[in-house]
Amino acid sequence: MTETANANAKLNEKYDAHVARLQELLGATVIKVERDRQNVPIVWVKRDQVVAALRCAKDTNGLEYHFLSDLTAYDDVDGVDEGQGRFVVVYQLYSPQSKTRLRIKTRAEDGQGVPTATVVWEAANWAEREVFDLMGVKFDGHPDLRRILLDVRWQGHPLRKDYHWRKYQLFNDPEPIPEHLLKEGL
Amino acid sequence: MKTENTDLHLNDPDEIFEDARQYMNIGPSHPATHGTLRVMVRLNGETIEKSISEMGYLHRGKEKIAEHNTYHKFIPHTDRMNYCSSLMNNVAYVMAVEKVLQIEVPERTKYIRTICCEIARVIDHLICLGIGAVDLGAFSFFLYGFHQREEAYTVIEKLCGARLTTSYTRVGGLAMPPPDDFFLALKKWLDTFEPVFNEMDNLLTENKIFKDRTIGIGAFTKEQAMAYSFTGPCARASNINIDLRRDQPESGLVYDKVDFEVPLGKNGDVYDRYLVRMEEVRQSVRILRQLSEKCPKTGPIWCDDKRVVIPEKERVYNSMEAMIHHFKFFMEGFDVPPGEAYTAVEGPNGELGFYIVSRGGPMPWRLRVRAPSFYMYQSLDPMIKGQKIADLVASLGSINIIAGELDR
Repeated sequence: MTETANANAKLNEKYDAHVARLQELLGATVIKVERDRQNVPIVWVKRDQVVAALRCAKDTNGLEYHFLSDLTAYDDVDGVDEGQGRFVVVYQLYSPQSKTRLRIKTRAEDGQGVPTATVVWEAANWAEREVFDLMGVKFDGHPDLRRILLDVRWQGHPLRKDYHWRKYQLFNDPEPIPEHLLKEGL
Repeated sequence: MKTENTDLHLNDPDEIFEDARQYMNIGPSHPATHGTLRVMVRLNGETIEKSISEMGYLHRGKEKIAEHNTYHKFIPHTDRMNYCSSLMNNVAYVMAVEKVLQIEVPERTKYIRTICCEIARVIDHLICLGIGAVDLGAFSFFLYGFHQREEAYTVIEKLCGARLTTSYTRVGGLAMPPPDDFFLALKKWLDTFEPVFNEMDNLLTENKIFKDRTIGIGAFTKEQAMAYSFTGPCARASNINIDLRRDQPESGLVYDKVDFEVPLGKNGDVYDRYLVRMEEVRQSVRILRQLSEKCPKTGPIWCDDKRVVIPEKERVYNSMEAMIHHFKFFMEGFDVPPGEAYTAVEGPNGELGFYIVSRGGPMPWRLRVRAPSFYMYQSLDPMIKGQKIADLVASLGSINIIAGELDR
């Protein structure tokens, strides 16, 4: 038991140091810092500064969050997490060097665009498309923001809380092929 | 061969001969796509110039379903995500819920869960290796592997009564303790499996045709693999030293109590991915042997937290209070306090993560599944660009896309 406690204490020290460094570098971009149930830091940043924050976490010596573990979003329709904007976009980062995790969050109103993270990680491309598809959050500067899981003719965004979970949409003929994409670069 | 007419292809220096460009569609139901995937390619002769990967044919809205079911009711859904290693998904999911609840499971449960993970890893790798080989024409390798995989399923059947869709774990414990003869069956399987696996190794690893088809194909450098969030065997084949089993000793499994090595590749091509997976199977067998020695044979499998413990059947059938408790437990579920956690385990394909946002109540506010296949599949286009159409099949097999996990 003490072993685990020691490991957790060490991890906590790292987290504290990383959060302090991020706050120092980003200044007013950071809105607030929280901890989740596993003590992983959650850094809320301003929407227009999110790419700067991601770059800072990735490129700063000592932080080195080189991996974008995941990019997702949730619908904060009740406004339980205080702040402006309905949707919360979540970036899960992982640092293979210090073996720590970091969560960066930003908020967006319905229809507002979040700057794309594809300029930092290519992996964000499809993840952002999925968020756009299921949640309806737009990403500014994304190279190819189309629906990814659902049909292009689908109405609405199913992961929103106001979308009923049995609201199926059936299509009898197959999805049109985006032929122009194949012809690009000719 | 260039024509002198003023036709469409005159100004195109890449055109290898007249009308060489064509569009081809592979999938969504094609034996080489391992599920319902679709790849559309633009070919110049036999060379792939551009490809578009399409998915969503197996999308069942699991994340939306999770928001409308109690935490326990979602366990069978996790089987249907990566159906090749459903035990691993069960373990990862309940661990994620336990992290939000902040409960600790007994040592014995941790050991059994780790055994589950490693059996799942072996069968998942056997599928990936076998089908990857059968796509390249090595049929007997595949049959040897699949026979052993069936035997592994028999071991799993002993553990939980089901072969494919296991639903073995519960939040705070396990569905049932393993039967007395489980460890004997596991050991017996490992003893027969190892020589067969060596034989498989002899059949294919140094095979000239196989090497010609795989070396240098679908290569991804370290930087590319980082940018595309590669994890698991594919990242290690690209020489990224990352393995969550070793890097997260406090995760709730007992990998810190066993010895194993993390194999690394050099070039990140299809052959390296094959080699890394082969070595990982050997390491998993090694871990399984150590675990079956060390695993406590008696002791509790349920945690102390009364909120999540399923009432014992003996009491449910014999006392009114316990029966009411049972009904309340399964009809209404248990409350999870507000908070969130992201839990990742080293799945067979890479980092398998569950991100749970709880707002209190018996259902999650948001449950996100970080599927490794999702991030792998998006790298297919840069991976096969400039290569031959037959290499697409080899590359697709090597990144091990499982459609159920990809589309969720």
